[in-house]
Amino acid sequence: MTRYLIRRLIQLVVICFIISILVFLLVHLLPGDPSTTILGGNDTPQNRAIILKQLGLDTPLWHQYWVWLTNVFHGNLGESYLNHQSVDSIIANDYQVDLELIIISQVIAFAVAIPLALFTARRPNRPADNTATTGTFGLLALPPFVIAPIMVAVFAVGLHWFPSTGYVPFTQDPLTNLHDMILPALAITAGSIAIYYRLLRSDLISTLQEDFITMARSKGLSDRYIMMRHAFRPSLFSLMAAAGVNIGTLIAGTFIVEWLFAISGLGYSLVNAVEQNDYLVVQGITLVVAVSFVVINFIVDFLFTVVDPRVVRE
Amino acid sequence: MPDDRELRATGSERALLVDRFPGQAAVDELVVSRQSEHLDSEDLMASHALGILFWIAVAFTGLVVLLAVFANLLPLPKPDYQNYSAINAAPSIHHLLGTDDLGRDLLSRLIFGARVSLIVGFGSVLIGMAVGGTLGLLSGVRGGAVDIGLNAASFVLLAFPAIVAVIAVVAFWKASLLHITIIIGVGTIPILFRVIRASALAFANRDFVIAARTLGATSGRIVFREILPNVVPAAVSFGLISVAGVIVLEGSLAFLGLSVPLPTPSWGNMIAEGVSNNLISINPYILLWPSLAMFLLLLSINLIGDRLRQKFDIREGLL
Repeated sequence: MTRYLIRRLIQLVVICFIISILVFLLVHLLPGDPSTTILGGNDTPQNRAIILKQLGLDTPLWHQYWVWLTNVFHGNLGESYLNHQSVDSIIANDYQVDLELIIISQVIAFAVAIPLALFTARRPNRPADNTATTGTFGLLALPPFVIAPIMVAVFAVGLHWFPSTGYVPFTQDPLTNLHDMILPALAITAGSIAIYYRLLRSDLISTLQEDFITMARSKGLSDRYIMMRHAFRPSLFSLMAAAGVNIGTLIAGTFIVEWLFAISGLGYSLVNAVEQNDYLVVQGITLVVAVSFVVINFIVDFLFTVVDPRVVRE
Repeated sequence: MPDDRELRATGSERALLVDRFPGQAAVDELVVSRQSEHLDSEDLMASHALGILFWIAVAFTGLVVLLAVFANLLPLPKPDYQNYSAINAAPSIHHLLGTDDLGRDLLSRLIFGARVSLIVGFGSVLIGMAVGGTLGLLSGVRGGAVDIGLNAASFVLLAFPAIVAVIAVVAFWKASLLHITIIIGVGTIPILFRVIRASALAFANRDFVIAARTLGATSGRIVFREILPNVVPAAVSFGLISVAGVIVLEGSLAFLGLSVPLPTPSWGNMIAEGVSNNLISINPYILLWPSLAMFLLLLSINLIGDRLRQKFDIREGLL
């Protein structure tokens, strides 16, 4: 157990290190120099040299990387060129918003997908199962930029149930905040429901054909008991793996709804920063997003060992 | 069906091969019989019918492709022609789907917009498949250091938020149809690599491959004659599902105004236009048609990919 986790942890550190190099290079190898943005009309060779020196961009690349990495470990990701806000505070603020959106949407997704799969997997290829399977196919074909505008059109503009843009911070008024977050969160839920349902259903169906299920049946245990106590846990693997990847991509992947509802989350800030060449913000957010992705999948790996201790023995 | 190891232990396979030696056909026949035996024994044939929905999906996708290809020949106004006497017009005989706030024919924009989705969707996946697929085959068949290296690289690239790279490159590089296709195509390499590698790996140590190797087949022959034909079903079905994913990605970029620049119509920028400036309450059609088209196209492509996957019995958790 401990050895398995230590091995995973070492992998985690190595991957994070490689990611940090990639993030650093991505921003530095792209055309478009931050000095151009800062200088604007005052773009003379002399001014440019001064700015490059100020930003430390006149030193060799490895040195710049080293300085940047040391700063990252000190929790200093620099500041935005545009409004001189520190990147740390931008990320701290936006990360909360992303987390809230993701938590609401994932709770809904699991609450719909898991009971539905448990119900339909018992009798595969029957009307209930076919309807659910076809229905989730429809959900897969509803990306946020298709479903969110329609939700806005129907629930915000048409019925006035929800505000069409903006939100109240959670710390100010939790209830209003939750209310404002429902539409954006629902818009990113559709795909998750479909993925989770399909994976759990197909794993449940194959688990139900195992010998130990037949054994449980012959002991006269009820279907419901078998489903919950025997079949559910061994069927969780694909679901958990998919949830890890899915939640990982949702961090900063929710920029469509953030843009549409004018919520300042990571994705929104990232898209803005990229467009305006605000490269320290791009660097900071990309790093945080990529590391979060890896950490979430590390947590999923750990959960595998909780759900099925046999994993460790591999 | 007996396990591969059992077969080898009994030597029945070797006897079979010696009988037919040196005909390569024997090995091929073995593959076919082995595979059909596998399918029959699992009694999966019942769920393998493609079904009516599959053919409806194929027909719809085909229709969209045909309309997009022959868009210039259709009796439609130009997608950016502004008819000032019909602004925000409802669907009528003159404008079958109505017009937008600038008096442009929505049907024409919808059909020309399909080109962007289709070219980026299929083009990117072809690029990704050409590079990622080739590397995946190499990695799966060769194994060893090549495999370990490529595998690790694909993991890191998957952890790296692809959308960031795409948006970053799009912001700095002029966003033309070709550029978008290439950027997204490069972005799909790691995921397609993993699919093809996993699939190739599943066949690399099967008996018929070992048999071919024993018969002295060159590695080129093993890859192209033994493994590639078996990998193609997985490649096609996952390729189609990736096409749907890429169309979503392009649509998202277009929605944010980061894809093919205006005035070229695309479904993503039409949807964005439909939501902006409170147009929703004045003219919901601008939003409705591209959303509907996007939904139906994604549904069809996903459905085709998934039914093929079921037919060839490829597991969903292959990644």
